[in-house]
This record gives sequence, structure tokens and C-alpha cells, in this order.
Amino acid sequence: MSSPVVHHAVHAAPRGFLRKYIFSTDHKVIGKQYYLLALFSVFVGMLLSVLMRFHMIYPDAKVSWFEKLWPTGAAGGIMTPELYLSLMTMHGTIMVFFVLTTAPQSGFGNYFLPLQIGAEDMAFPVINMLSFWTTFAALVVLLAAFFVPGGAPLSGWTAYPPLSAVGEIAGPGQGTGQTLWILSIALFCGASLMGAINFIATTIDLRAKGMTLMRMPLTCWAWFVTAILSLLGFAVLLAAGILLLLDRVAGTSFFLPAGLVVNDQILNHKGGSPLLWQHLFWFFGHPEVYIAILPGMGLTSTVLSVFARKPIFGYRAMVYAILAIGFLGFLVWGHHMFVSGMNPYTGIAFSVLTMTIGVPSAIKTFNWIGTLWGSRIRFTTPMLFALGFVSLFVTGGISGIFLGQPALDLYLHDTYFVVGHFHMIMGVAAIFGIFAGTYYWFPKMYGRMMNETLGKIHFYLTFIGVYAIFTPMHFVGVAGNPRRYADFKEFEFLGQLMPLHTFMTHAAFFTAAVQLIFLFNFFWSMKKGARAPVNPWEATTLEWTVPSPPPHDNFGGRLPEVYRGAYEYSVPGADKDYLMQNEPVAAAKTQE
Amino acid sequence: MARVSPSDVLRGTPPATPDYGDGGRRGGPARRAGITGIVLACAAIVMLFAALTSAMIVRRGLGGDWQTLTLPGILWVNTGVLLASSFALERARRALRQGRREAFNHLWLAGTVLGFLFLAGQYAAWRQLVAAGVYLATNPSSSFFYLFTVAHALHLAGGLLALIFITVCAWRLRLGPGRRTAVDVSAFYWHFMDGLWIYLLLLFRFWG
Repeated sequence: MSSPVVHHAVHAAPRGFLRKYIFSTDHKVIGKQYYLLALFSVFVGMLLSVLMRFHMIYPDAKVSWFEKLWPTGAAGGIMTPELYLSLMTMHGTIMVFFVLTTAPQSGFGNYFLPLQIGAEDMAFPVINMLSFWTTFAALVVLLAAFFVPGGAPLSGWTAYPPLSAVGEIAGPGQGTGQTLWILSIALFCGASLMGAINFIATTIDLRAKGMTLMRMPLTCWAWFVTAILSLLGFAVLLAAGILLLLDRVAGTSFFLPAGLVVNDQILNHKGGSPLLWQHLFWFFGHPEVYIAILPGMGLTSTVLSVFARKPIFGYRAMVYAILAIGFLGFLVWGHHMFVSGMNPYTGIAFSVLTMTIGVPSAIKTFNWIGTLWGSRIRFTTPMLFALGFVSLFVTGGISGIFLGQPALDLYLHDTYFVVGHFHMIMGVAAIFGIFAGTYYWFPKMYGRMMNETLGKIHFYLTFIGVYAIFTPMHFVGVAGNPRRYADFKEFEFLGQLMPLHTFMTHAAFFTAAVQLIFLFNFFWSMKKGARAPVNPWEATTLEWTVPSPPPHDNFGGRLPEVYRGAYEYSVPGADKDYLMQNEPVAAAKTQE
Repeated sequence: MARVSPSDVLRGTPPATPDYGDGGRRGGPARRAGITGIVLACAAIVMLFAALTSAMIVRRGLGGDWQTLTLPGILWVNTGVLLASSFALERARRALRQGRREAFNHLWLAGTVLGFLFLAGQYAAWRQLVAAGVYLATNPSSSFFYLFTVAHALHLAGGLLALIFITVCAWRLRLGPGRRTAVDVSAFYWHFMDGLWIYLLLLFRFWG
């Protein structure tokens, strides 16, 4: 047996408050910073969605504090359609960028990638710190849009021109608010690119001895492929953002055609194309969906294996499926543009490629079921959320097959069917991945266990709640209920759908309230939870070989050596039902 | 006082090199990560310029308002200056490998100064266009020209900061073996900027 590689602890732990907690280069502190930023953002985003749902069923309600918050947007306490659209824009932007992109990849990835591959830190700690603070600045700039004259922009998280490009003339929020939105996204792109470089370089170059690529936990594979998608996608979004900004402030005509009349004024642009933005945006935007969901898939694979006490079914197939999803994700952006008047043959090509993604997705789903098959499941809170992830992934994925057909999408595209679809798969499934990660890794991050009873109550109520919110959206969508409308009372045919909207709104209030249980459990357990042992879940990966929480340099100056894959559960003949990745082969043989 | 190399600045403090039993041929993780990092940064820049190029190709085919841009003649001189700068950096690296530290210092400084000259030349090219009445919003061709050249100049300015840092380290006799990665990585990035510039020049020569 070869001795473990000896490393001297070259990182002295920083002492001062600023260097230790604020401008820290420790990947664990940065991971927590990202996580807490996302936690703050998700509650802001959720509050906005609750206000939107309220307005949908009570469009004429006078609420005095609306007027205090938005004197022009809610004059007399009644929400204007413009205010509704600005809430929608900010809800989408905050949730997609600052929650779904931030928590699973930058939060958990930063904290656990070095620990799981046996490294002392990320490859470029200072760039890591810069990346977090740039993300923080991006969030501040975005939220500032609420407080400038005109308020937040109206153009949605996709910011389609001409609306996003013509400026103040198009409505409140399209002036300074929209410019701040673009600046925020540009900053976020820069931060994501720095993060992506760090993740890829760390995975390639800093793996411990014996940690071959095919021994990496599937979480690491997911973070690795997600980082590649970020590297290639965010650079394109940055390019698009620069072009949009120039159209707004420098009088160029990249996205604005000639003869555009807005509010009775002919604009002085010519020759550009709004569709050019759509192509650039969705070339980023579709991979972004996988940036949000892949880390959740990796985590679900790990959590299912840990609590089913079985090796993950088809490890190699899982790896190739992640790679295939990442690759195909760059070839399907046109399915967001079926209604843009594209050539039907192009539509068919995008449709076929979209259907192809169903293959690796199905491989993953069947392998998850294969992992559970015949196992004696430990129904802990992280396991429940991982099972919830599988459920939501299947539900949201199946409605994606409907939308991937151009003929059906033409009908469904601007309806609530799409809202139901993407919330199920990109929103709630990814959020369930984040919850699973939180309950699973909290003991390692904070050294204390979260309360299981509260966790289970949180799971069951949330699971029922999200299905209650988003399932009816598919029905109202098929019935022709348009999306992005602030108010349905003008449309007679929508009157019969209002009971469903009322139900969805109350389900949203309920589900939002349930999240307070999580918030309480999270902060209460941080101080009062039971002390966490080193390996409370009896898992095999390297983060469970170090104290909870891990010391500053992770492995105390001795980097681990890895002898086996990440999913060795119920090994025949072994005296316990799992073998840690750093358990030497000789030791395992004697157990056989 | 502990010395700080550019790679330290980028990475924080580097981990010690583990023994891979290969006599150090693979290089330490710090060096390998530095090289991987710069290749990835260049890949992101390729994606940025590829996206802008695709936008340019699409925009050129739309609207029928594209006017071919006459490139300022000074751009060809600037190209020569940038290539000479890269050549000087390569000669400097060779001198460093041969242990000729003084030659390294002079050649690296020459490369850095030539880099400044290139930026000054680009500024002169923009002034020439402005003098001819060609502004950012004059025509889509001029919009893309300013956009591409300014984006390239900003990326090049980032590289120039690295060259200056190494120049200062070298002249203060603080360019130990631990900083060879910084030298190699900076030179790699600089040559990449050359290649990117030649691509842009050809793009505008034949498509602009």
C-alpha cells in the first residue's frame, strides 16, 4: 500500500473578520456566501410572485402599502399592468440568475467540489472571491432598478427587443431600469465566466491521487459539465448584452429595424433585427436551463444512492448522459423560437434535436429508478427531496415533449402551459435539488444536523403545494389562457378559468408560507441543532472523511488518496455496508 | 517579507507540489492549473468574438444598408508592431530558458513597449475614422468595427497589465523559478491576442 501524499498546510487560516468572513478566499466561505445570496434572492423572488398571483385574482384590489412602495406604479393602491410586468421581469431575472444559477453551482459547487475531489481549495482562490463579489454587485445593480425613476424594466427575463432596446419611450422602467438590468446581467456574465474557469481548472488539475475522472462523484461531473456550459454560454450572452446596450445608448441599429413607431414617434434606427437578439439570447438561454438543472441531477444521483444503500445504477451511462445533455443543449435553442416565423424545415430540425435530449434524460430517470429498485430506502429529508426531484423532473420533462413539437408549440407558446412547464422542470425541480443539497450537506457546512421532523413537514407540504400551483397552469394553458397578462377580466372566455386561478393563487400563498418552516429550521439548526458527526449519512465520498465543519485547509495538510469509486454501498462480504473512497484496497480485501 | 508572484496573485497561495513519482515532469498543480486557466479564458474570449461575428454576418445580410468600411492604413502598421511585440516576448522566453536574464529583461521590456505602441496606433486609427466622419452609429459596418476593435483593445490592455507586472518583477530581480508559469501564461495570452487581431483584420478586409 502506498502512503498518502503528504501536503504541508500552506494556507494559514486568516484571523481578521474581513479576511475570514467577507473578503475570504476560502472556497467554503465563498460557497456559503453564494448560498446565502441565493437564499436572500429566492425570498425576494418568491415575494414578487406572490404579489403577481394576488393581482391576478384581485386586479381591482386597493392596497395602501402598494401605493407607498410604488407611488406611480400603484397610484391609489391599484397595481398597474406596467407594475405587474416589472414584478414579472424581476421575478424571472432574480430566480434564473441569482437563485437557480447561483445556489446549486456556485454555492454547493464551491463548497464541495474541492472537498469531493480531495483538493485544498479551488484552483484560483482570489478569482473565486472576485467572482462572488461581482455577483453581489450584479444583484445590487439589479435591485437598484426598483428604486430609479420609472422603476424596474417590463421586458421579462428574456429582454426581447424592440421593447428592451428603444428606451424610456416604450414605458416606465424601460429607461434607467432596463439599462441597469443589462449592466447587472453583464456583471453576472463576467462573474460566471470567472467561476466557470475556476471549476474546470480545479476539476482537471487538482484531483487527489487516485481520483480518476471515472471515480468522481456524479455531483463533480455535473458541476464540471455545468461549468463548461457556463463558459460557452455566458460569453455569448455578454456579447448580446453589449449589442443591446449600444442600441440603447449609442444609437446603433443591431436589433432595431427601420420605421419603428413607438407612441406615435418614428424612431431613428434602421436595418436591425429583433430576431438576432433571440438567436443570441437563446443560444445562451437553453444551456442556461441545464446550468440550473444539471447540478440537481448530480446531487439527486448521489443522494438516491446514499439512502437506497446501493451503488448508483449505470454510473458510466450517467456520466455519458450528463455529457450528452450538455452537448445537445447547445443545438436546440431554436425551439424557443418556433413562433418567430422560422422556416418550417428549420423548426423540424430543432424539434428532432430537442426530442433527442429525451434519450439521455430518460437514461438518467431509468437509472434513478434502477438505483431504487429492490432497495431498503432510508426516508430522510434529503432523500425525500431527491425523490421529489425525480417526480418533478419527469412531470416537467413530459410537458417539454409537447412543447418541442412546432405544431403544438404554435398553439401553446404564449399560454400558461409554458409557464407550468418551465416552472416544474427548471424552477421547482431545481429548487428541490437545492433543498436536497441543503438537508444533505448542512451537517457538513454548519456542523449541526437540521431538524428531521420540520424537514419532513416542509417536504410534504411543499411537494403538495408546488403540484397544486403548477399543474392547473397546464389546463388553463390548453384552454388558451395567455401568459404575461396582468389582468384577465377583459376577456370573457377566461372568466370560466378564474376558479382555477383562484386555486393556484391560494396554493401559492400556502406554499410560500410553508417556506418559513424551512427558514426557521435552517437558522435554528445552525445554532441549536444536534452536533453533526463526521459522516452522519454513512456516505462514501471524501467530504465525509473530514470534521464537520471541515478545517480551513480541508484535509489538515494531508491530501487523501483515492482507491475506489464514489458509490460502493452494500459491497458483498464487507463488514459494513459502505466503503469510503479513501479506504485502501488491502483493507477492503481483508474484509472480503 | 514573502515574495508574491503573478501566479500567487491569481491563485492566492499555491499548494505545495505533490510527488507524482515522475520527477516533476507533469509540473505542479499550480502550473498546470495556470495553463488550463488561460486556455479556458481564451476559449471564453473565442465564444464572445464568435457571437459578435455571427451577429455581424447576420446584420450584414439585413436591411441593405451595409456600407463597406475603408480601413485606416495605420492598422497594417499596428499589425506589424503587435507581431514584433510577440516576437520580442518569444525571444525573451528563449533567453530566460538559457539563463540570460539581462537579455530577458530587455526583450520583455521591448515587447511591453511595443504593446503600448499598438494600443496608441489603434487610438490613432479611431481618430482617423472620426476625422473622416465615421462614428459608431454611422453605419452597421462602423458599429461593428468600433465594437470589435475596442473589445480587442480592452482584452489586450488586460494582457498588457500582466506584461508590465512581469517587467517590474524582472527589473527588481524578483523573477524566480516559481514565476515561470506567469511568464509562459502571459506570453500565451499575448500570442492569442495576435491571432485574434489578425482574424479581425481579415474579417474586416474581406467582409467589412
